[in-house]
Amino acid sequence: MTMLAPYRSGKSTGSDRFGSLLLAEWTKFRTVRGWVIGMLVGLLLIIGLAALTGANSQCSYSPNGTTSLACPTPPTGPGGEWVSDSFYFVRQPLAGSGSITVRVTSLTGLYSTHGGREAAGGSPTAGMTSGVQPWAKTGIIIKANATLGSAYAAMMVTGDHGVRMQWDYVNDIAGMAGKVSAVSPRWLRLTRSGDVIRGYDSADGTHWTLVGTATLPGLPSVSQAGLFAASPGYTVSSTSLGGSSSKGGPALAMGDFDHVTRQGAWPTDKWTGEAIGANDPTTIALPASAQGFTQVGGRFAVSGSGDIAPALNAGDTAQNTLAGTFAGLIAAVVIGVMFITAEYRRGLIRTTFAASPRRGRVLAAKAIVLAAVTFVPGLVAAVIAVPLGEHLLRENGNPIYPVSLFTEVQIMVGTGALLAVCAVLALSIGTLLRRSAGAVTAAIAVIVLPFLLAIIGGILPTSAGDWLLRITPAAAFALQQTVPAYPQVTAQYTPQTGYFPLEPWAGFAVLCAWAAAAFVLAVFMLRRRDA
Amino acid sequence: MRQALHAEWTKLRTAAAPGWLLLAAIAATAVVGALAANAVSCPGGGCQIDPAKSSLTGIYLGQAIVAVVATVAVSGEYSTGMIRLTLTATPRRWQVLAAKATVVGTATLVTGAVAVLISVSTGQSLLDGHGINPAHGYETLSLANGTVLRAAAGSVLYLTLIALFGLGIAAAIRDSAVSIGVVLGLLYLFPIVANFVGDADWKRHLDQISPMTAGMYIQATTDLRSLPLTPWQGLGVLAAWAAGTLLAGGLLLRLRDV
Repeated sequence: MTMLAPYRSGKSTGSDRFGSLLLAEWTKFRTVRGWVIGMLVGLLLIIGLAALTGANSQCSYSPNGTTSLACPTPPTGPGGEWVSDSFYFVRQPLAGSGSITVRVTSLTGLYSTHGGREAAGGSPTAGMTSGVQPWAKTGIIIKANATLGSAYAAMMVTGDHGVRMQWDYVNDIAGMAGKVSAVSPRWLRLTRSGDVIRGYDSADGTHWTLVGTATLPGLPSVSQAGLFAASPGYTVSSTSLGGSSSKGGPALAMGDFDHVTRQGAWPTDKWTGEAIGANDPTTIALPASAQGFTQVGGRFAVSGSGDIAPALNAGDTAQNTLAGTFAGLIAAVVIGVMFITAEYRRGLIRTTFAASPRRGRVLAAKAIVLAAVTFVPGLVAAVIAVPLGEHLLRENGNPIYPVSLFTEVQIMVGTGALLAVCAVLALSIGTLLRRSAGAVTAAIAVIVLPFLLAIIGGILPTSAGDWLLRITPAAAFALQQTVPAYPQVTAQYTPQTGYFPLEPWAGFAVLCAWAAAAFVLAVFMLRRRDA
Repeated sequence: MRQALHAEWTKLRTAAAPGWLLLAAIAATAVVGALAANAVSCPGGGCQIDPAKSSLTGIYLGQAIVAVVATVAVSGEYSTGMIRLTLTATPRRWQVLAAKATVVGTATLVTGAVAVLISVSTGQSLLDGHGINPAHGYETLSLANGTVLRAAAGSVLYLTLIALFGLGIAAAIRDSAVSIGVVLGLLYLFPIVANFVGDADWKRHLDQISPMTAGMYIQATTDLRSLPLTPWQGLGVLAAWAAGTLLAGGLLLRLRDV
């Protein structure tokens, strides 16, 4: 009896190394013509919809009712952002270092509930209602010059937010809380030494507290310093089926000052008043004739309109060019689901698992290949769509909110990442359900539907919409938000106006958590079930 | 035709998925509607709230499940090869599509009626508890009220038309994943793109041709003057989409090899 050695193939084992798995999955994707075409269609839809929305968003501005011009662009602040810079300024030059101290004894206001600056006939303040806006402000300011958008630092009392120190439009620090009145006045002080300005507040003029320290690089040696007053406009917004609408009008803030003391080199002794930016069409402000100041002995009364703050909602944003992301997303979801369900339908899954019995690794290879083939088209589409859409929007007279290079890169890379992670989520749902129609619907219902319900006005209350954009995968669309929200500016910070409740990368993390959870569950079920 | 109808009814009845999916559509419509109605709050009064529309918010999700049932009724036959048997038994292909449309349409009509009735009655009690009631100047959410009845009956028709729309697209495309992707894309993309278009005229035109936005006008009971179309015209837009896709799907079914 002879022992027969069993046949052994001379070929080396280990063909399921991870690299080979990736190659196998890439081959599967590459050779299905429909998937490659589907991805290209998604890419073209992202670009095409950017062109469509850009070409059909005309913005025109008619200063005197007849000529139609491009919409006006707000002034630009020191950090490159759009700003509102209109207020009443009672000023003197300050040569070099020095300080100014005042006591504020009251802040009152008027506001219009009906229309713009021409609405009230006769006196510009006729028919206005008495009341102080929450962010109406009056106090002292040191500003580089009277040019709109120039650097400044200011100490102020506000309508509802106590004493604040603000500088260069975007910075805001809280000082003493509570409202100002004759029985509870507020003492404010600004001191300049070089480029550094310190703000102090006090309840009695003897015990001072440092509120904040601002560095204004390149502040000229002779700056303009003095008293100011400004009030942002009054708005009420309503949301209905037809969209959201807001109405309101400009407002006036009136501040009373005494105990004005100056230290340092103040070359003149005469205060001059000027309504800064009253003619700037991007700010809601009363005409210069409605603003002014009076000086009786050591007492000053200053009334001003407008705001010194970042300007929001004044034009278009880069995120408006990316409406097509959703078309690309649906393509990525369909391909992501089919990447696994097609294997079940054709029976290829048995061959796949025969070649590589470690199922978790197979799904990981699928996820990596899928993420790559959706990330790249998404990134390419965004890199083309954003500049193209912005160009068309500008051609149509829309000013575009200026964003940093970092934000620009964030929305482009974010679009690719969004498609890639959504495709992996769809792949995991497809693995769990093994039915293509159900899996596509489930993926779209958790990604696109919450966004739709949150942004379309009149479907859900804003609070419910915010809540959806915190916990569903749709939170990741925060990656495309380009305009920051500022607490010191009253505006509609809602999903309808492009503001997401989460920070961009936090929103993306919510999507990633969903995708990771679905992927782990998919691997678990894939191992447990028969193929 | 009777036999074709009977065959289609047997297929729908004996597969497990359609029954469960239609139950899921009822549950999804009712739950989302109840959550949306519960989220409505207006402590001060005078808010612009459409009671019928809020309690029927669930249709936005329910329609997706109904679309799955409808598309799979056609594309499922292609993935299993059943279509060859079906067309052998009933060689008149228009008749097959008509029978499918009748059976799936009727099933959706019944499902939709149950879902809408549940949504309206839960919405009524929830909104009443939140002070959205005639005492605060809102319309009564009752089917005895003509506009509410129109919104409710219209929503049932809306779901039926969505099913026919899905059926037509699936007959044209034949693949499940791609069909449902195209159906949901056409439904959900129009309102999102319209939201991003700055030009008011263009936004209005997009809303007027969007199958979902225009079709959902049937649910509006307040502020009708702000809508670009009347509620019935809006439902007519969706009916046109459904008729168009059924026609295209039927022609392709007639002209192509299986």
